[in-house]
Amino acid sequence: MLKIIGMSVSYGSRQVLHNVSLDVQPGEVLSLIGPNGAGKSTLIRATSGVIPLQGGTVDIDGDDYLSFSTMKRARYLAVVPQAVSLPPAFSVWETVLLGRTPYLNFLGQVSSKDEEIARSALQKVDALNLTERRVGELSGGEQQRVLLARALAQSTPVLMLDEPTVHLDLQYQVSLMEIIRTLVHTENLTVIIALHDLNLAARYSDRVVLLVDGEVKAAGTALQVMTPETISLAYHLPVQVIPHPFADVPLVLPDRK
Amino acid sequence: MKIRPFIYSLVFLLLTVVLSIAVGAVFIPPADVWRVLTGQPAHTVSQAATIVLTLRLPRTALVLLTGAALGGSGAAYQGLFRNPLADPYLIGVASGAGLGAVVAMNIHWPYKFGGQMAIPAAAFIGAIATVFLVYALARIGKTVPTTNLILAGVAFSAFATAITSFLMLHSTGELRRAISWLLGGSSTAGWEPVLAILPYLAIGLGILLLSGHALNLLQFGDDQAQQLGLSITRARTLILLAASLATAAAVSFSGIIGFIGLIVPHVMRLWFGVDYRRLLPLSLLGGAAALLLSDVLARVVAAPQEIPVGIVTALFGAPFFLWVLRRAKNQGYW
Repeated sequence: MLKIIGMSVSYGSRQVLHNVSLDVQPGEVLSLIGPNGAGKSTLIRATSGVIPLQGGTVDIDGDDYLSFSTMKRARYLAVVPQAVSLPPAFSVWETVLLGRTPYLNFLGQVSSKDEEIARSALQKVDALNLTERRVGELSGGEQQRVLLARALAQSTPVLMLDEPTVHLDLQYQVSLMEIIRTLVHTENLTVIIALHDLNLAARYSDRVVLLVDGEVKAAGTALQVMTPETISLAYHLPVQVIPHPFADVPLVLPDRK
Repeated sequence: MKIRPFIYSLVFLLLTVVLSIAVGAVFIPPADVWRVLTGQPAHTVSQAATIVLTLRLPRTALVLLTGAALGGSGAAYQGLFRNPLADPYLIGVASGAGLGAVVAMNIHWPYKFGGQMAIPAAAFIGAIATVFLVYALARIGKTVPTTNLILAGVAFSAFATAITSFLMLHSTGELRRAISWLLGGSSTAGWEPVLAILPYLAIGLGILLLSGHALNLLQFGDDQAQQLGLSITRARTLILLAASLATAAAVSFSGIIGFIGLIVPHVMRLWFGVDYRRLLPLSLLGGAAALLLSDVLARVVAAPQEIPVGIVTALFGAPFFLWVLRRAKNQGYW
């Protein structure tokens, strides 16, 4: 479905991604993990086409995705950004309707079908009660759900999320990941999530890719990737890895230095 | 789409139009204005008819169009740069347009109307040249940070204003008219200025009225706008050209009128929400009404003398600007 092949990206003279390759299938959640500055957000931005590649390709269903027009790209791949600096005075409804942009003309006139899709997107993330609220009044968790609803309104087969749980408390982290997991199952979405929380990544994803300094250091199931040696080396920190008490995934426990 | 804000704005605009036609050195009762405009033959209003048709009506039309252009381009610049303090003056476009207009005024044209037509064209060339120059100065690689843009705009603005003042001091005679133009005053009468700026306004404001959706998307930042399907370079260029066209038209005959492009979109946003598909038309209507009202004040405060309307807008606008500045700083919310 989604294949990233040999992706290299530079900001000025600093190379941020080195020859990164990965692929995800429909119905699968792939987590990107790695320390700050490893290139997780850059990978999402470059894949969605907002920053240029120095090398490599992005391939969706056998097509060269980055050769598509901006509008066509937005029909294949939606991004849930980190909830920073949203224009506060927009209402939730206005925000989610913008997800329909790739199907609208320059004027942005929406049909009743578009409104229906936006409403059902809000329902899927359990945010119908927020419709009339302003984005600036929402909590971090509510903003994340609204951004997810906007991405769902784009009706794309591929979804990328950039640290969606970063400012959320435990309850919202779990409920957001549960919503995503359900959607992957019901809509057969192809999902890539950048995550800080290793245990959340282990629990909710099918496969994990560890990025360090812009390179893929390990890829596979959580059990394969999250070994004490690999994680210690990546994060410069001694860690213990123990089996999860009732799921077949690892639990990573950081140690004191 | 809610219709009520449009009705309020239209009614208010209509009231200011009537006021603008009625008030002046000679007061003409609205009833007489109505008779003249509907073409009723009445010898008692013959003097009123002359004043209304040859003086007040063209002036009202020019002020109305200028105000609409300032309000509309102000809303567009604020949206484009995601900055509540952006307006045609801040990014240097108005000064660039003014320089173009003054250069055209200093050339002796063989025909009067030809000269009139040349002014907005020269102003537009000045405005576009400014946009590209300021854009090029502010650009780092492929991105144009807002702060760079505004700093480059302010610097260029000072430069263009200096040349403009120099040209005006060296222009033959008509110094008073030139100074009044610089302060923002439309004492030129007749229909020629209105006809001369009409094509620029029709194209500029027409494009802006269609750009609401694109501006809404741009409020979420470049990344999100693109990920939602907007081709940002194309949209930005189009909106920038259209807003500059409108600014050039406004500056051509009405000079440097500050603050309308800042205040009106701000108030409209406060009252009627941030959706640019609504905000742009409302800012056109509001800008026209606000400038008409300022122009009426400019005619009456020092009667029988007129003061340049730019003085009125600055007197009300500058304190408002400071209030916006404090509010934007305190709340980070607009």
